[in-house]
Amino acid sequence: MNLEVKIGKLILKNPVMTASGTFGYGQEYAEFIDLNRLGAVVVKGLSLLPKVGNPPPRIIETPAGMLNAIGLQNIGIEKFISEKVPFLLGFDTSVIVNFFGDSVEEYVKAAGRLSSVDGIHGLEMNISCPNKQAGWCIFGTDPKVTSQVVGAVRRETDLPLIVKLSPNVTDISLMARVAEEAGADALSLINTLTGMVIDIKKRRPVLGNLTGGLSGPAIRPVAVRMVYEVYKAVKIPIIGMGGIMSAGDALEFMIAGATAVAVGTANFIKPSSTVEILDGIVSYMEAEKLEEISSLTGAAHAG
Amino acid sequence: MSRYFRARIKSNLPLNRNHRLLSLVNMERMKDPLPGQFYMLEVSKGNDPLLKRAFSLFRRTSEGFDILYRIQGKGTALLSEMKEKTELDVLGPLGSSYPAPVAGETPVIVAGGIGIASVYSLIEQVRGSAYLLYGAREKDDLFMLDELKAMAREFFISTDDGSHSVRGSVIDMLKGFLSERTSSEQNIVIYACGPRPVLKEVASMADAKGIRAHVSLEEHMACGIGACLGCVVKVKGQEQAGEGSSLYKRVCKEGPVFDAGEIEW
Ligand SMILES: Cc1cc2nc3c(=O)[nH]c(=O)nc-3n(C[C@H](O)[C@H](O)[C@H](O)COP(=O)(O)OP(=O)(O)OC[C@H]3O[C@@H](n4cnc5c(N)ncnc54)[C@H](O)[C@@H]3O)c2cc1C
Ligand SMILES: Cc1cc2nc3c(=O)[nH]c(=O)nc-3n(C[C@H](O)[C@H](O)[C@H](O)COP(=O)(O)O)c2cc1C
Ligand code: FES
Repeated sequence: MNLEVKIGKLILKNPVMTASGTFGYGQEYAEFIDLNRLGAVVVKGLSLLPKVGNPPPRIIETPAGMLNAIGLQNIGIEKFISEKVPFLLGFDTSVIVNFFGDSVEEYVKAAGRLSSVDGIHGLEMNISCPNKQAGWCIFGTDPKVTSQVVGAVRRETDLPLIVKLSPNVTDISLMARVAEEAGADALSLINTLTGMVIDIKKRRPVLGNLTGGLSGPAIRPVAVRMVYEVYKAVKIPIIGMGGIMSAGDALEFMIAGATAVAVGTANFIKPSSTVEILDGIVSYMEAEKLEEISSLTGAAHAG
Repeated sequence: MSRYFRARIKSNLPLNRNHRLLSLVNMERMKDPLPGQFYMLEVSKGNDPLLKRAFSLFRRTSEGFDILYRIQGKGTALLSEMKEKTELDVLGPLGSSYPAPVAGETPVIVAGGIGIASVYSLIEQVRGSAYLLYGAREKDDLFMLDELKAMAREFFISTDDGSHSVRGSVIDMLKGFLSERTSSEQNIVIYACGPRPVLKEVASMADAKGIRAHVSLEEHMACGIGACLGCVVKVKGQEQAGEGSSLYKRVCKEGPVFDAGEIEW
């Protein structure tokens, strides 16, 4: 049985990864699962300089999901390199660094710095964040800006470059094609869907940041549909995510067109979610007499 | 010995209309909890509610541990319906604990409402030496009075409606206590758990009198283990970002017990 999948030139030993922001820098989960079993660890989004994040409350539960407005709090790239990379180097798994910036220049600098470090196997660019130079518009919602920022980062790095798309757009296939043309090696989707919860007693939004990103099982059908559409639009591999709680959910994404999957919110509910999902995928392959997991990718589109 | 284990419900006793005492038996070996630490408990098998719920260690038992909880919303309502022998996933013990008083220190323990759940095991730990100030809305919301009385050096009770002991808030009691005793009791250290406004008052009183105070805070939580950065509180200091020492600290990791002087109230 072969569980290997290819994300550009990066070979993952299996298709189960962690979703950025739900797995810290890996350390928090090492006590609960064997990180060596993961296809890849994707760390919390990093920026050139540390970021303090949003005022609390930052999370609120919603039906079958949660809204978060962490505000991209992170320790900054330098501290990550000195304090977290040595820990991650001790594991036999691929390390993918999620990063972002508030200007094209910052994205480029961040990518450059990360590319100079041993032990980082791939970069995942989060483009669902505000652009300082364009009235704080979200990079990933404007095709022109997306093309510009992805192109600039592409020129800066030789590492496998994954672009993480924002689902808060009208036409996800268009954004996917734009990222592919600008040089992305793979696409991650979906990031969280923007939402709001209002406290009817206070008559105010609950979250300190007013809006937050919706994740968890509530968004899964939307995410599966987007993966299905994007699969038809591009040639590069897709990493599917959004509400994956079980092996069955992960397989849905693969059949829709994903080469690999990322587990996010499920880690909060069960710290062992990733490895249980991996075990479930193996059982499915045995039951279905499937030799290559990669043969499942896009099966929904066949014939 | 894992901090992620299954536990079986031994009993889930109603204490009044909206409070329950949950006794859990760990089905695997578990780590010994410290006073002030908490657990994340699974409250449903389905996806709604989705997240685990945070509950303080109430007390260690010979077979596991107890939780004292108030039915607040959907998750705790589901928990209250769980029958004996139900099994649930547990994460914990998590977070920081109340630092034990050092020699020569006099612990003054302040509990507002369900806050008693968090300090109970501390009271057990310092048995006989702590002054205990316990306030609740009404007589019906006061729990374990006999046990507490037996463990406290002196026990003061108040209710908002005067239905038991003194009428007033736990803050009024603390004010009175401190103005009477600060001269006779040299080295007071306060431990407090209760609603945020109460803790804020405790912090400012402690600050004014130069007394050390340890407070236990609550925030909405997703992971409970420091990974999501969802449960933060603002601490004093400059805009210096990061994990650990930053403008924000995680209630689940650096907390829930904080030095009161550290919090930006
Ligand atoms: C460290 C810690 C220790 C706690 N110890 C106890 C205890 O010993 N006994 C007890 O009765 N309660 C305790 N709580 C509060 C308890 O976690 C909440 O009452 C519970 O989560 C409410 O869930 P619900 O679904 O019933 O309420 P809902 O209001 O329906 O919950 C909606 C969402 O908000 C969150 N939430 C609501 N209120 C709180 C709160 N006060 N703190 C944190 N999250 C909240 C829930 O977890 C859930 O995600 C503690 C909280 C924390 C953070
Ligand atoms: C608390 C939290 C923090 C997140 N932080 C990031 C982040 O820093 N960068 C990023 O690209 N995505 C971030 N995400 C999005 C997830 O990686 C993922 O795309 C999304 O949550 C959908 O997957 P899920 O439903 O399995 O959680 C975050 C999600 C959550 C819930
Ligand atoms: S609850 Fe996730 S960091 Fe505290």
